[in-house]
Amino acid sequence: MIELQNVCRTFTVGDQQVAALRDINLRLDAGEYISIMGPSGSGKSTMLNMLGLLDRPTSGTYLLDGGNVSDLNDEQQARVRREKIGFVFQSFHLVPRLTAAQNVELPMILAGIPAEERRARVQELMQNYGLADRADHKPDQLSGGQRQRVAIARATVMNPTVLLADEPTGNLDRNTGWEVLKLLEGLLERGITLVLVTHDAEIGARAQRCIHMLDGRIRSDERQAG
Amino acid sequence: MKLADTIRFASGSLRGSPTRTLLMMLAMSIGVAAVVVLTALGEGARRYVIDQFSSLGTNLVIVLPGRTETAGVGPGLMSGQTPREITLEDAQALLRSHAVKRFAPLTVGSATLSRDALNREVVVLGSTSDLLEVRHMAIALGRFLPAGDINDATPVCVLGNQMKRELFGNEQAVGQWVRLGDRRFRVIGVLASQGESMGMRTDELVIIPVAAAHQLFNTSGLFRVLIEAKNRDAIEQVVRDAEAIMTERHGGERDVTVITQDAVLQTFDRILTALTMAVGGIAAISLAVAGVLIMNVMLIAVAQRIREIGLLKALGAPGRQIRHLFFAEAVLLSGIGSVAGLVLGYTGSFIIGQVYPMLPVSPPWWAVLAACATALGTGVLFSVWPARRAARLDPVAALAGK
Repeated sequence: MIELQNVCRTFTVGDQQVAALRDINLRLDAGEYISIMGPSGSGKSTMLNMLGLLDRPTSGTYLLDGGNVSDLNDEQQARVRREKIGFVFQSFHLVPRLTAAQNVELPMILAGIPAEERRARVQELMQNYGLADRADHKPDQLSGGQRQRVAIARATVMNPTVLLADEPTGNLDRNTGWEVLKLLEGLLERGITLVLVTHDAEIGARAQRCIHMLDGRIRSDERQAG
Repeated sequence: MKLADTIRFASGSLRGSPTRTLLMMLAMSIGVAAVVVLTALGEGARRYVIDQFSSLGTNLVIVLPGRTETAGVGPGLMSGQTPREITLEDAQALLRSHAVKRFAPLTVGSATLSRDALNREVVVLGSTSDLLEVRHMAIALGRFLPAGDINDATPVCVLGNQMKRELFGNEQAVGQWVRLGDRRFRVIGVLASQGESMGMRTDELVIIPVAAAHQLFNTSGLFRVLIEAKNRDAIEQVVRDAEAIMTERHGGERDVTVITQDAVLQTFDRILTALTMAVGGIAAISLAVAGVLIMNVMLIAVAQRIREIGLLKALGAPGRQIRHLFFAEAVLLSGIGSVAGLVLGYTGSFIIGQVYPMLPVSPPWWAVLAACATALGTGVLFSVWPARRAARLDPVAALAGK
């Protein structure tokens, strides 16, 4: 359902052309659990941004649910992001002046969903993620694990089909990291496609499919029985 | 995104940095307040002057001897002759015009007013009983000049309020005799205190019948003839008639000048309205300055909130929505700033009104409207650039804070 065809992405740094992605061909099926690994500068973050429509390919085609999304304009791409894609970041990216509940509500506000519906949905999610008693706390009153759980709640509040996580455990200690990871993996049961960028081999190995990247190319793409 | 949510989100980000928000609102409200207060002052001055003119009398037409040319040298000077004076008969002839309601001839001179050892130089006004009505004067004690034949030089006088005090103190004045120059006059009334009315202090006047004044000053000419038209629309007619009658009586030569109070009033009105607008315009510059300040701070806000903007984009906000959020902030800022400015401005005007009670201070509605419109306009206008800049940010770079 996600397909990258001959995708290249080059950046201009000074007067030099730097290729972050070189001729990527990749197909991800619905409900897959994919980890993308590789050293820094290998293009894994660019790949994730590309999948999340935050970045446009210099050349090549991006098909999402059979439709070509690389040609869409800003407004249409924003709509796709809103409805089909969820992001989880290493540094959480919560809005500091908003409470946990308001942060979770944000995507629904942007989508123009009525307030009553938003409230019900936020309450449900906060309950599910064990954040019910933290709903009115500001991000700086939350622990790292709680913050990332709020961020995951926010990423899933619109019921996306794809969840893109960029080093979601990178800023967390080992135990909290595992908890967050379990939470993310739990979403797979609902049929979500989970793409995890990490450089932690132990975490990467948990995915059914491990993609190793190097110098903007896919070096290996292994499926594990499991 | 719904409008209510946009406003709520924008006001949330304004509350997120209260100092910045307060300072911007302060700048905005000072601008609006400046416009309100300054135009209120200008408008107050305008109304003060107009009130002063109106206190001279309403629907007033003034005939004065000599032809005033606005340009060049008057015909009298060219031909070497002085203009013919206006006599009492000329003044009476003016009543032939149906548009004239009443008239009051005016002779002015100065004489020594004395009572026993007290004496004082005063301005003496010779006129008739109608002066009271024409000039909107009021009597405090006794009565005004008696009606009757205009040529009767009855030796009576009406004292200005201050003259009465200086000569009689708290004593009874009406019925007493005073001396004006070499003649004796009986005091028949005292004017009510009116203060200054266009350069003539009625409190320091002595009014006597016009014929008596002619004898006192040994003249037969009038200084002015004040005519009250029947109504506002009749003023034009009075001017035409007065010119025609005087020209006819002066052997076909038009040697009088007829001015209307309206013309003078309109000139002042125009000048002072222009002044008010100019002052308001200068104050509006401070609004533009406030606008630039808003732009500056908005640009800083875009830089400070770059991660938030990146996040909003990642969560599915198109550029348009980001732009709207910044617009909403600008509108809220300048809107609330305007309201605060109005409160400030009206309070200021009120205080000025209390300090200078004679000045009818009130900001004109058009200035208030213009101030608010300018505030909102500059707020929105100067947020266009920052909003566009925010909307065009690359989401990946913005998320990274670059």
